[in-house]
Amino acid sequence: MPQNNRLFDTTVQYIKYQVLKEVIRRAYEGGLEDAYLEIPKIIAPGPKPSVRCCIYKERAIMQDRIKMAMGGHKDNENPVEVMYTACDECPADGIYVTPACRGCMLHACKDACPKDAITIIDHHAVVDKSKCIECGKCTKACPYSAIILQKRPCMVACKVKAISIDDDKKAQIDNNKCISCGACVYKCPFGAITDKSLILDIIDILKKSEENKKYHVYAVIAPAIVGQCRSARIEQVVSAIKKLGFYQVVEAALGADITLYHEANEWAEKKILTTSCCPSFVAFVEKNFPDLVKYISHSVSPMVETAKLIKRSDPNAKVIFIGPCASKKMEFKLEKTQGMIDSVMSFEELQAFLDARGIDDTQCEDSELDNASFYGRIFAKSGGIAQGVNDVAKQMGVEGLKTCQMNGIDECRAALMRLKLNRATENFFEGMACDGGCINGPLSITHGPRNVADVDKYGEAAKEKTIDNSVKLYKLSLENEKK
Amino acid sequence: MQIKVCVGSSCHLKGSYDVIEAFKEILKRHDVEDLVELQASFCLGNCANGVTLQVDGVEEPHIEKIGDDKFLLHNVTKDNAESVFTEQIRPLLNI
Repeated sequence: MPQNNRLFDTTVQYIKYQVLKEVIRRAYEGGLEDAYLEIPKIIAPGPKPSVRCCIYKERAIMQDRIKMAMGGHKDNENPVEVMYTACDECPADGIYVTPACRGCMLHACKDACPKDAITIIDHHAVVDKSKCIECGKCTKACPYSAIILQKRPCMVACKVKAISIDDDKKAQIDNNKCISCGACVYKCPFGAITDKSLILDIIDILKKSEENKKYHVYAVIAPAIVGQCRSARIEQVVSAIKKLGFYQVVEAALGADITLYHEANEWAEKKILTTSCCPSFVAFVEKNFPDLVKYISHSVSPMVETAKLIKRSDPNAKVIFIGPCASKKMEFKLEKTQGMIDSVMSFEELQAFLDARGIDDTQCEDSELDNASFYGRIFAKSGGIAQGVNDVAKQMGVEGLKTCQMNGIDECRAALMRLKLNRATENFFEGMACDGGCINGPLSITHGPRNVADVDKYGEAAKEKTIDNSVKLYKLSLENEKK
Repeated sequence: MQIKVCVGSSCHLKGSYDVIEAFKEILKRHDVEDLVELQASFCLGNCANGVTLQVDGVEEPHIEKIGDDKFLLHNVTKDNAESVFTEQIRPLLNI
């Protein structure tokens, strides 16, 4: 088993990274046609298996991972996919009384059960599955910790209940329910659910630009990038991205400034609004609260807004978004984004790309990165948009705004339910599918409390303290478009 | 004619938004808003000499010619914008 070298939070991420790195290396140095044959033997050299039943199954799974790194199944529009062979068919039996049950006198489990589903038979607790609601109260009540709740981690992670178990006991995703948030990708302990990579498309775009002579390839980076790349400073990461062959690096936070401006104006008109930056949140509303779709802001996401600015000044440009998000890989194909984004790369893929090309960002010189304001930059954390729109509305003289910060899908559901039933006291709803906001996106390299501090510091460092200049830039680009 | 003001990170830090505002005002005052289109551009590749301007669509470009009809102007600030315009750009408008 290859060991995580502390780059990533988990070994699952590390294996995905190794596969990506090898695929990228071959895309440049040759040998891509032998990828399926050779890469599994490099990453799983054997002869003994590390996790699965035999080395041959491990290598078969590795081939699935290679397929995902090379784009996955093209006929499936969902960027998140289950790798059939890799799914380990985890138990999902619900409440299970282990042999540790001593058949004690206390019967705390029985007393704790709200549905009277536990009886004591032959000195042993027995659960009536037809009554059990899997609330887990008995597991907490047992003084011997003898009762456990067996659920599949992917199904626990999925807040929209899109994952079920098929006839072969494999996990399957219902695309009609899935919002492509990628929570299952990060949570599956066997790494059996993954995001499909567009990295080969991106390499193709870079190569065909002939070193930015045919057209310019811009990287738009999500503000969550600060603190992602090991110990490198963001200024060094910018240089490293340019070394990959990008013409210029622009902050998505610049588009976020403009999104804030649109949202504050739109709220002043409609008086009830939800954000539209998080594509998983938007999909969640569309699939679960169709009555509330009318409240979703019509502004495009910061990613698209930034790309629009770039393409107005450089019409032949290609724009690649780099972020922590699985659903951006879905959003960029939607009609409403008007083809502004040409492809999407994750932070994990960026790390693999840099290492495959032998670029050490910690050794790069600094490049300036400063297009956006304080507010655009703090979009990356839960509560960032709410804070921004409050201040922007105040500056615009708009009154009566009351923001609600919906952190993660469970909070989104609760607040939207109140809105639906006319019980909401707030009128501006910031929706983020990932707990904590984009900094905890599923395709981030690290997910930790340190990231919040990094985003705050990055916000403070912005030259522009208000969105005024970003808005002026936006208006200038609009004027020219009209001409 | 087009004037593209670099708003890449490096020029931004040196005050490209101020330069844009200055040029808006200058173009208006000289009554050439119809002849000159003011634009922003993400990085003109001259970070060391910012704020950089690219002037497009002129018949006989001079001063660091980078194409048949375009040239670059360097170290532009809100304070020297007026002289840059009157001395180096306005003569090319043939008015």
